[in-house]
Amino acid sequence: MTETLLSFEESLEKFDPAMGLEVHVELSTATKMFCGCPGDFGAEPNTQVCPTCLGLPGSMPVVNGKAVEAAIRIGLALNCEIAEWCRFARKNYFYPDMPKNFQTSQYDEPICFDGFMDVDVDGETFRVEIERAHMEEDTGKSLHVGGSTGRIHGASHSLVDYNRAGIPLIEIVTRPIMGAGEKAPAVARAYVAQLRDLIVALDVSDARMDQGSIRADVNLSLAPKGTGALGIRTETKNVNSLRSVERAVRFEMQRHAAILDGGGSIVQETRHWHEDTGVTTSGREKSDAEDYRYFPEPDLVPVAPSREWVEELRGTLPENPTQKRARLQAEWGFSDLEMRDTVGAGALLIIEETVAAGATPQAARKWWLSDLARRANDAGVELAAVGVTPAQVAAVQQLVDARTINDKLARQVFDGLVAGEGTPEEIVEKRGLAVVSDDGALSAAVDKAIADNPDVADKIRAGKVAAAGALIGSVMKEMRGQADAGRVRELILEKLT
Amino acid sequence: MNNILRKSAAELADLLAAGETTSVALTQACLDRIRAVDGGADGGGIHAFLHVDAEGALAQAQASDERRAKGELLSALDGVPIAVKDVLATTGLPTTCGSKILEGWIPPYDATVVTRLKEAGLPILGKTNMDEFAMGSSTEHSAYGPTRNPWDLDRIPGGSGGGSAAAVAAFEAPLALGTDTGGSIRQPGAVTGTVGVKPTYGGVSRYGLVAMANSLDQVGPVTRTVLDSALLHELVGGHDPKDSTSIAEPMPALVEAARQGATGDMTGVRVGVIKELGGEGWQPGVMARFRESLDLLVQAGAEVVEVSCPSFVHALATYYLIMPCEASSNLARFDAMRYGIRVQPEGVAAPSAEEVMRATRDAGFGDEVKRRIIIGTYALSSGYYDAYYGQAQKVRTLIKRDFDAAFEQVDVLVSPTSPTTAFKLGEKLDEPLKMYLNDLATIPANLAGVPGISLPAGLAEEDGLPVGFQVLAPAMGDDRLYRVGAALEALLAKAWGGPLLEKAPEIPVVEPVETTNGVTA
Repeated sequence: MTETLLSFEESLEKFDPAMGLEVHVELSTATKMFCGCPGDFGAEPNTQVCPTCLGLPGSMPVVNGKAVEAAIRIGLALNCEIAEWCRFARKNYFYPDMPKNFQTSQYDEPICFDGFMDVDVDGETFRVEIERAHMEEDTGKSLHVGGSTGRIHGASHSLVDYNRAGIPLIEIVTRPIMGAGEKAPAVARAYVAQLRDLIVALDVSDARMDQGSIRADVNLSLAPKGTGALGIRTETKNVNSLRSVERAVRFEMQRHAAILDGGGSIVQETRHWHEDTGVTTSGREKSDAEDYRYFPEPDLVPVAPSREWVEELRGTLPENPTQKRARLQAEWGFSDLEMRDTVGAGALLIIEETVAAGATPQAARKWWLSDLARRANDAGVELAAVGVTPAQVAAVQQLVDARTINDKLARQVFDGLVAGEGTPEEIVEKRGLAVVSDDGALSAAVDKAIADNPDVADKIRAGKVAAAGALIGSVMKEMRGQADAGRVRELILEKLT
Repeated sequence: MNNILRKSAAELADLLAAGETTSVALTQACLDRIRAVDGGADGGGIHAFLHVDAEGALAQAQASDERRAKGELLSALDGVPIAVKDVLATTGLPTTCGSKILEGWIPPYDATVVTRLKEAGLPILGKTNMDEFAMGSSTEHSAYGPTRNPWDLDRIPGGSGGGSAAAVAAFEAPLALGTDTGGSIRQPGAVTGTVGVKPTYGGVSRYGLVAMANSLDQVGPVTRTVLDSALLHELVGGHDPKDSTSIAEPMPALVEAARQGATGDMTGVRVGVIKELGGEGWQPGVMARFRESLDLLVQAGAEVVEVSCPSFVHALATYYLIMPCEASSNLARFDAMRYGIRVQPEGVAAPSAEEVMRATRDAGFGDEVKRRIIIGTYALSSGYYDAYYGQAQKVRTLIKRDFDAAFEQVDVLVSPTSPTTAFKLGEKLDEPLKMYLNDLATIPANLAGVPGISLPAGLAEEDGLPVGFQVLAPAMGDDRLYRVGAALEALLAKAWGGPLLEKAPEIPVVEPVETTNGVTA
């Protein structure tokens, strides 16, 4: 099924977008939200379970204090108020991967509320208002077998893994983000990127979007331009990369615009995001239509964090992201444009780590924003999941600085790192990538290049030193890239001037 | 009947200590008695047990005797056998909650109270019958057939814990554990002539108690004497980190209070008679026995006054909103996905998970359970929540305030436990509202979280059946129940010339029957 889309530009001429972002952060606490089971990613199915997270008859929950602590720290970092008293509530609905057929969550008494985050997009700051951040437990994971799509439709049977059931989640919900106009997709992306950086800095989650430890749901609606109204929204679930957040907003804007422009109306529904094709498709019609019959969880006592504790936790917060960006820009000597590109690419923290591992800021930026960014983009993963670590990037740059390899060869070293061939040094060795700086071999190649290009050689002899580039290119070609370009240039000039 | 069976748990502990019997002999005597009178649902016996674990109980008894020989006793009740209501999770023993939907389920873990029994060395005889998921006042809603009242086999033993009460009344077990959400320990106690206690909410761990209504449920003792209840209550009670609602403060000294009360001296104790619980509409024989007990307390030095708790008239309506709301959510987990029975829908080739859930819940739940799920689901629905659940919580607060005000004036509150004596099997089965009225006097304590005891107050003139006397105390004032309860018990025994159960008729011996889960009774 293909959707009719209006062009992005035309949709903006006619409509104003409003977004709401719901981000689920899976906490990396040692144990689950309401029991003592570990919540490690990737364990054998149904091995990290107990009566409580399996919802066995008679089992009871006990709140994980560390998860409450993480929730409060996230709330404080998002400039939220912290409730003096709040409760858990049951969200009742039936689904096989939910052991109790209710999710223990929070309803009208979230632990954090009324916050904001300032998001930078192209040098402009958007204030994203945070409505609430609340605690809840994750569900198990269904695996639908036998169908072509991996979804339940068409499957012959389903398997359920309850390892994930009960892992603590913090759901962070924004108020409608309005007025972003053409920057709406970029604002959505920047918000999630900055939120992820914040979560990393707080050290409360693995913060891996590709593993689902941060999951974004994108709500979007359009209203006729200039009316300031809120249209009917759709909720696109589980958008699991920064790039996809941006694309999903853009796609839904164009899809909504086409429907509304054609006189149709939007169906309020959940939509699935397809990473491969970059489109959304209709899920179940639901959202406000479903009645979750919330009521306070009677097996738990209210959570009442003392003001002293909250202040104590405020003291543990990492540097404010805005201040941190300003500090790093000054330390690194990046131009505004360079900084903007760095933040936009979600590369701030990874560059910080690379610099900490010994690379210069410019070198770190060069690799992460060009070659490695392209690899991540092609693979549809985060920079952090590209298969090269900040320490390895620093090591590669050291090899370049030592003239063992050049930039071009460095890319092949990255190939080797992604393929898991060993350390950068081992890859240089194994792949025979070291540049030739042996004057004998280089000298012969330079002589050949001079002989092959007599007119260029004459120009250099006549004082046109800039023409040396053509000869260097010729030598590099001869040496299949494995030459020290600096030394080649020196040799050419020695021979001709 | 082996005479040792008539002994209280405290007496049995003394006999064990004196070397006059062994835990194995005692446990075997109980098992023999179960075999003689319990029968199955269709066997005409008491049918107090759903599962009897003869082998396990005897092994535990053997271990107890060995500990005793070495002088390594685990508790005062080490070696005294006990029966456990089938709503409490027991490792390796079926736990059905009286429901078809859990048929064959064997929990992989023990309820905290069961762990405490095991740690104290009490052999567990088996699991007792109950109304399905503890929903009922007659045990007729058990999916495995009703329990019969030892005083009259044509009558109900109360509910939901009719199995535990009947087991103790029929001398099949000296002790039992029950659970009380709206009276399920106290009302069966009243109609079977036994003692039952609902502790302060949070006083005994609920971990492993399959919840009907989490904010109301409590585990408590079912015994033949007040002292035995105190002993058992002290043993299973106290803080449990696995139950967030369990109280961290230490329990008051309950056994000491029972021993003190047994002197019969009530001087200076202020007793409040709840005006709204009794009088018109209550069975005259019940009221007569109740007033006699009051007179005895006055003679023993108590100061008796009438106290009004005006909000109690709304207690039943409040209860029948809060309880089904919580129950409808608790019972959602029975969906055939992880445990219990699974029923395939008829005529569907490749049923979806939802279709299997629907077919299983349709076949697995009884009518009363479905009734409460429907009520609760409706009352929690958006647009109705405030009018029903929200409003009920407000009334609940008013009921708590009535208790608070009353306990400013008096030390304990009293009433008859149940408006009538045991009614006939089937008599109220088709009239749920009449059935619900049995818990009129017991429900306020659950709504407020305060503790209550029911103890035998004699037999009603008109039918010769037991009448219960209820004592209520402030939260964490459970010791007052034992002080007043033990005093009244002593005063009544003097008047009767012995325990009330001595007057119970002999129970005919029946053919032993295979119990539901294949364990021979």
